[in-house]
Amino acid sequence: MEKIIQGPIWRFGDGISTDHITPGRYYHLRGDLSALAKHTLEDENPDFAQNAKPGDIIAAGKNFGQGSSREHAALVLKERGILAVLSPSFARIFYRNAVNVGVLPIICETEGFQDGDAIRIDLAEGQVTNLTQNLVHPFSPLPPIMREILEDGGLVPHVLERGGLG
Amino acid sequence: MGHTLAEKIIGNRIGREVKVDEFVIAPVDVLFAHEGTGPLALDQLEVMGKGKIATTGLFFSDHAAPPPRKELADVQRRLRSFAEEVGAEFHQPGTGICHQLVAEEWAIPGQIIIGADSHTCSAGALGAFGTGMGSTDVAIALALGKIWLRIPETIRVEIHGQLPKGVYAKDVILHLIGYLGADGAIYKALEYGGPTVDAMSIEERLTLANMAVEAGAKAGLCAADETTREYLEKRGRVQDYQAIEPDPDAHYERVVELDVSQITPQVAFPHFVDNIHSIEEVEEIPLDQVFIGTCTNGRLSDLRVAAQILKGEQIDPRLRLLVGPASRQVYKDAIKEGLIDIFIDASGTILPPGCGPCVGVHQGVLAEGERCLSTQNRNFKGRMGNPESEIYLASPATAAASAITGIITDPRTL
Repeated sequence: MEKIIQGPIWRFGDGISTDHITPGRYYHLRGDLSALAKHTLEDENPDFAQNAKPGDIIAAGKNFGQGSSREHAALVLKERGILAVLSPSFARIFYRNAVNVGVLPIICETEGFQDGDAIRIDLAEGQVTNLTQNLVHPFSPLPPIMREILEDGGLVPHVLERGGLG
Repeated sequence: MGHTLAEKIIGNRIGREVKVDEFVIAPVDVLFAHEGTGPLALDQLEVMGKGKIATTGLFFSDHAAPPPRKELADVQRRLRSFAEEVGAEFHQPGTGICHQLVAEEWAIPGQIIIGADSHTCSAGALGAFGTGMGSTDVAIALALGKIWLRIPETIRVEIHGQLPKGVYAKDVILHLIGYLGADGAIYKALEYGGPTVDAMSIEERLTLANMAVEAGAKAGLCAADETTREYLEKRGRVQDYQAIEPDPDAHYERVVELDVSQITPQVAFPHFVDNIHSIEEVEEIPLDQVFIGTCTNGRLSDLRVAAQILKGEQIDPRLRLLVGPASRQVYKDAIKEGLIDIFIDASGTILPPGCGPCVGVHQGVLAEGERCLSTQNRNFKGRMGNPESEIYLASPATAAASAITGIITDPRTL
C-alpha cells in the first residue's frame, strides 16, 4: 500500500450501515460485483453511485459500516477504487472486512470535512490533512496483525504468503 | 484478577489466561454461513486451493428461502454441492434461520462460534462466544480451524426488577440500545446478568444476545446455568452442558444498572435502531404491514404472546400481518399449540421458517411510503427492500396489538 494517499472526499453522515452501502434489494447481484458496485451508497447519495472515481476517499460520521456482516460492502468500495474510508469510529465487522479485502479504514475526526475537499493521508506519519480546510488530524496505526494483512494485500494473500495466521 | 465471560471462554479455548486488548489466535468450534455470505467464502477457499474444511461447517438457506430468483437458487445449490463434497451440513430452505438452528442444535456453553452473519452474537445466550465476521474471515477459519481475535473489554449489564405486564425482553434490549447508542459498545462485549436475566428463559436471552451487535458489540453473553442445562436437555444435548459464569472479581470497563420494573414498551423509529421512544410518547402512526418473526423474535414464546393478543380478533383490513416462525421446530410447536390457527383466523399470513422480509429480498417488500412495524432487529433505510418506506421495531406484543388497531399501539391497553 502507498505511504501517501491523496484524493477528493465524498462526505457521508453518521451510522452509514452496510444496508446503505449495498442495499438488500440487490441481494441477487452479490455474485456480480461490478453490477452490485453500480449501486454503492445510492440511497444515501445517488451522485456517488454514478460519479465516484478510482482514487476518491470517503469521509463519514461515526459508526461507519454498522449492521450486517456482508463483506460486499467493503468489496464494492474496492471495486469502485475507493482506497480509504475516514471515520471517527467503524463498526467492527466492517473494519475487519475492509482490511481483509484491502480497503484502508482510518479512525480519525472528520468534523468540518465537506464534499470535494482535498485530503492527504500520510500513513508513515499517521496524519490526515484536509488541504482544502487546512485541518490536520492524527490517527493511530492499525493493530500489527491488521497492518500485516493490509500490507500483504488482504487476508487470503496474507495466509497464503505466511502459511497461516501470522 | 477474575475474568469476564468473554475472557474466560476465549482463555479456556486457548489454554491460558488472556488480557483485554491482547490479540490471540483461537480455535473455532462451529463455523457457518448462509446464501448471502457463503458463496464469497467459497470463492476465497477456491483461491486458496482448499477442498477441505478443518472444523464443523454449517451452511444455511434462510435469507432468501425458498429462493425468489434464479441467482439465489444457484447460490443455494452451490452451497449444497460444496457441503456434500467436504462433509459439511447443508440446511435446506424451510429449516429455519441460522441463529435459531445454531441455538437449537449446535451451540454449547464455552464454545467459540463464528458466523458470516452479524447476528451470530445470538449464541451468547447459551454461554458461547458467538461473533459475526465477513466471508473471508470465515473462509480462512474453515480452512485453518482458527481465527484471530482481539480480547474485548466488557460492559456488564446488570438487570434487575420484574418485567411489568406487557413488557418483554425485546423492550429491555431496545431500551438498552437507546441508552448505549448504536456505537456504545463497538469492539466490546456485552455481558448480561443479574436477577432478571437469571430468571429469563433461553428464548428471552436469545433476544438480548441477538441485538448486542445493534450497540456495536462483538458478543452478547449470558452465563450458562440451570436454565441452559434444561434447554439443552430438552433437545437431547444435556451431555454438552457445562456451567460457565464470570468471576465475582472480574474487571469490567463499566457496569450499566438497569431496573426493568420502570420501563414500558419500547419502539425504535426510522431509520436507526437507537432511535428509541417509549410507547406513551408515540402518536398515531398508521401501519401497512406488521411482521412477527426473525432471529430476534420468531420463537415459540414470541408467537404465544402474539397469539394471546390476536385470539378471536381480526387485524385491521388496511394492513398485512406476516408471521414467520424462526425454525421448523418452532413452526411445528406453534401448530400443535393452535397458535398458527389463531394467526390465520385473524387474517394473518404464515411465512416459511426463515428470515422472511427482514432483509428486503422477498416475502413482504414494502411499497413506496408504506410503514411496517416489525419484531426484527434493524430498521435502516431500505432494509425491507424500499428506501422510500419506514420500519419501526417493537416486541411481538406491541406488533400483535398494532395489527389489530392498524396504528402503533400499546399492548397494555388491549
